[in-house]
Amino acid sequence: MKVLVAVKRVIDYNVKVRVKPDNSGVDLANVKMAMNPFCEIAVEEAVRLKEKGVATEIVVVSIGPKACQEQIRTALALGADRGIHIETDAEVQSLEAAKLLKAVVDKEEPKLVILGKQSIDTDNNQTGQMLAALAGMGQGTFASEVVVDGDKVNVTREVDGGLMTVALNLPAVVTTDLRLNEPRYASLPNIMKAKKKPLDTTTPADLGVDVAVRLTTLKVEAPATRQAGIKVADVAELVDKLKNEAKVI
Amino acid sequence: MSVYFNETHNQARETARQFVTRHILPHINDWEEAGEFPRSLYLQAGEAGLLGIGFPEALGGMGEGDIFLKVVVSEELMRSTSGGLVASLGSLDIGLPPVAKWAKPHIKESIVPAVLRGEKISALAITEPGGGSDVANLRTRAVRDGDHYVVNGSKTFITSGHRADHYTVAVRTGGEGHAGISLLLIDRDTPGFTRGKNLKKMGWWASDTAELFFDNCRVPADRLIGAENAGFIAIMSNFLQERLMLAIMAYTTAEIALEASLEYARNREAFGRTIDRFQVTRHKLVDMATQVDIAKEYTYRCAALMQAGKNPIKQVAMAKNFSVEVCEMVTREAVQIFGGMGYMRESVVERLYRDAKILSIGGGTTEIMKELIAKQMKL
Repeated sequence: MKVLVAVKRVIDYNVKVRVKPDNSGVDLANVKMAMNPFCEIAVEEAVRLKEKGVATEIVVVSIGPKACQEQIRTALALGADRGIHIETDAEVQSLEAAKLLKAVVDKEEPKLVILGKQSIDTDNNQTGQMLAALAGMGQGTFASEVVVDGDKVNVTREVDGGLMTVALNLPAVVTTDLRLNEPRYASLPNIMKAKKKPLDTTTPADLGVDVAVRLTTLKVEAPATRQAGIKVADVAELVDKLKNEAKVI
Repeated sequence: MSVYFNETHNQARETARQFVTRHILPHINDWEEAGEFPRSLYLQAGEAGLLGIGFPEALGGMGEGDIFLKVVVSEELMRSTSGGLVASLGSLDIGLPPVAKWAKPHIKESIVPAVLRGEKISALAITEPGGGSDVANLRTRAVRDGDHYVVNGSKTFITSGHRADHYTVAVRTGGEGHAGISLLLIDRDTPGFTRGKNLKKMGWWASDTAELFFDNCRVPADRLIGAENAGFIAIMSNFLQERLMLAIMAYTTAEIALEASLEYARNREAFGRTIDRFQVTRHKLVDMATQVDIAKEYTYRCAALMQAGKNPIKQVAMAKNFSVEVCEMVTREAVQIFGGMGYMRESVVERLYRDAKILSIGGGTTEIMKELIAKQMKL
């Protein structure tokens, strides 16, 4: 079974992001970039499926500038077999990303597509769902467990109020939640081996997809600074404040 | 930001960082207080491939000839904030190269891969109770008796000495002076070989350090590393990378102290403002940052010379001395910026300050480095 995994290059989660002075976006100059953590979970899940003998080939795809190849190489070092880089310097929004991935799905015909549920830069949480709709596949989003069973995949989803398990016919789209697995890190020998794994480059034009933006960002602002907390004398005061000031109980 | 590192180096750095974050940092304070860390850490490091850098692939290593791979991994391991742990985990870096290069084929094949997998621990034993810097006059004697050497003498301050499995030991097989020295590979369970207790030290607490005693210890003659009486050159050539590593340890120790100081100074308030608002603190931090940056870049330059196949004895000795001085200054000032808090064991700068001192002694003292430099300058 072939598995396709999409990975995105984002600001490293350890970096404290700064908004550009003109409020046009987040400052990316000289900032450490890394694979989106939810995408790391997606790669890990695919690798585990391969280790179990369920998956036979893992193809990893990323969209963006040349530097994205670093994240593809990382995925290859973690255990993916081959990479596809859709190179573009343009800003790619969710729907366009989904269309590009749909084009790759048409070509590669994977049985399972695994994506992060969202990327930590814009937090849209859309691409997986859009891809499933465009490709006419079933979707299991926010997965905390993925069990492939013959022509089906059972996906346990984290939903408000508990867990929901859906059975999907393959091919299907799965998006990962935080608790699906704990991603490994690449060993040095695997980093070396990954250098020899194939990585193909294509472009949105080659795939016949127009990536022109449809949404315009008007303004980006840093969240308001949090006020310092206070200490309460006893539980009675705490309850009083929660009831009358915060009005949460 | 540096011009020396490629994508592979960056990925290796990330691996080492993950290794430190997941397997070391959650426990390091306990391990420092306990005076050792679990042996299983060697296996975990071996599995991640972190132990094999610089060793031939045929012996289970990552291949030779990429110095900067060693640099990035060493820097990240030092981020564990424990020089002692790094010294013991990395004792193979000084104990094993002579074995990998000059031991008999069947010996190196049986030992090197197991050490690189983290199953066995390798240590280097040169210093003796009677002298350390004066390698040419070491006194532990090995006398050939049939197909064995009979070893008598003792060694001290041996990193990983308490629990290593294979010891690369400098012994006297010939006459006086440097021309009478050989290297012998002595296994832990060799009859007549015992170890003293884990020595208590000023710093490097997580490192096990011991005295070794050889009492009519019979070592098979095929455990001779290289030719008889050719050990001095082997020991000296081993020192170049060790000193580069010590320079890296020194500036990284300083860098961690600097970062902790910046964070502290931005948040600590005195006289109604954070202490980084005082010019005296700001300038101190600037001096610290400047020195760390220079030490680091100069060490990178030495690594680049080694990468290019040069033998920069003088430059590496200078890098070690300079980085160590920077380390002592920066850790001292870091404790000063932290004030009373810097004297508390819960502050990382307290440990860094204690750990700094050994760096001007191990791998050749500052004074020995200066003699080496003077000789290179034809003084």
